[in-house]
Amino acid sequence: MTVREFIEKNDLQIITEGDLEKEIDGCYIGDLLSLAMSRVEEGQVWITIQGNVNIAAVAALTDPACILLVDGRGIDEATKIKAQEQGINILGTALSAYEAACRLFQQS
Amino acid sequence: MAEKTINLHYTIDGNNFTTAGQASSNIKKVLKQLGVYPEAIRKAAISMYEGEINTIIHGKGGEANVAISPETITIVFTDNGPGISDIDKAMQEGFSTATDEARELGFGAGMGLPNMKKYSDSMTIESQVGKGTTVTMIIKLN
Repeated sequence: MTVREFIEKNDLQIITEGDLEKEIDGCYIGDLLSLAMSRVEEGQVWITIQGNVNIAAVAALTDPACILLVDGRGIDEATKIKAQEQGINILGTALSAYEAACRLFQQS
Repeated sequence: MAEKTINLHYTIDGNNFTTAGQASSNIKKVLKQLGVYPEAIRKAAISMYEGEINTIIHGKGGEANVAISPETITIVFTDNGPGISDIDKAMQEGFSTATDEARELGFGAGMGLPNMKKYSDSMTIESQVGKGTTVTMIIKLN
C-alpha cells in the first residue's frame, strides 16, 4: 500500500507532503525521539503524538514512508516548514495510535 | 567511497533544539554521495544525531568534527559543558539528567549515550567535571 492509498482509505489529513507514492512497510509507535531514532525503519509509518520540530530531523535520518500524528495532534509552523523542505510526509488523524495501527495492519 | 580522508567541522548551538539534526543530515547526505553502504550511514546518522542532542541539552553547545576515510568514520564531539561525574551511570539506559523542557520535546529518555555506543563500533568518553566532555565514536566501513 502506498502512502496515498493509506490516506484515502482512512480519510487522513495531509499536513505536509513529500512523495505520496512511497510504499508502506510496517509501523513503529513511539514518542521518545531517541527510541524512534533507533527503531523507525525505512518505509514504516511512524505513529506519534510528538509534533515538535525534532520529528522532522528524526524522519530525515530514518526515512519512514510518513509520520502519522494521532489523537488529533498538530504541529507548529516551524515543523511544517522544516518537514516541507525535507520532503517528509506528515499526516494527521483523530484516531488513536492503536486504532491507526490496527487499520494499517488490516489494510496491508 | 572516499579515496582519502574528508574532514568536516560543525558548530553546535547550545540550547537550540530547532537546529538539532542539521549536522547529522549533512553527514548522511555526504555519506550517500560517497556511496557508503546504508547500514553504515544509518549507524553514523544515529550516533551523530544523539551526539548533537547531547551537546545541545547537556554540553551548552560545542563542536563536532568528522573524518571520513576509506576504512572508518570518526566522529568527535567536544563541549564545554558541566562534564559527567559518573560515566558508568550516564551509560545506563534510562538514566537521564535532562531538563523538563528537553523531556517535553521527547528527549531525556536516557537513551542518548547507550544509542551512541550501540551504533558505533567503538566509543570513548573523556570528561572533566566543570570543564567539558569529549566523545569519540568510530564506525568501521569494511
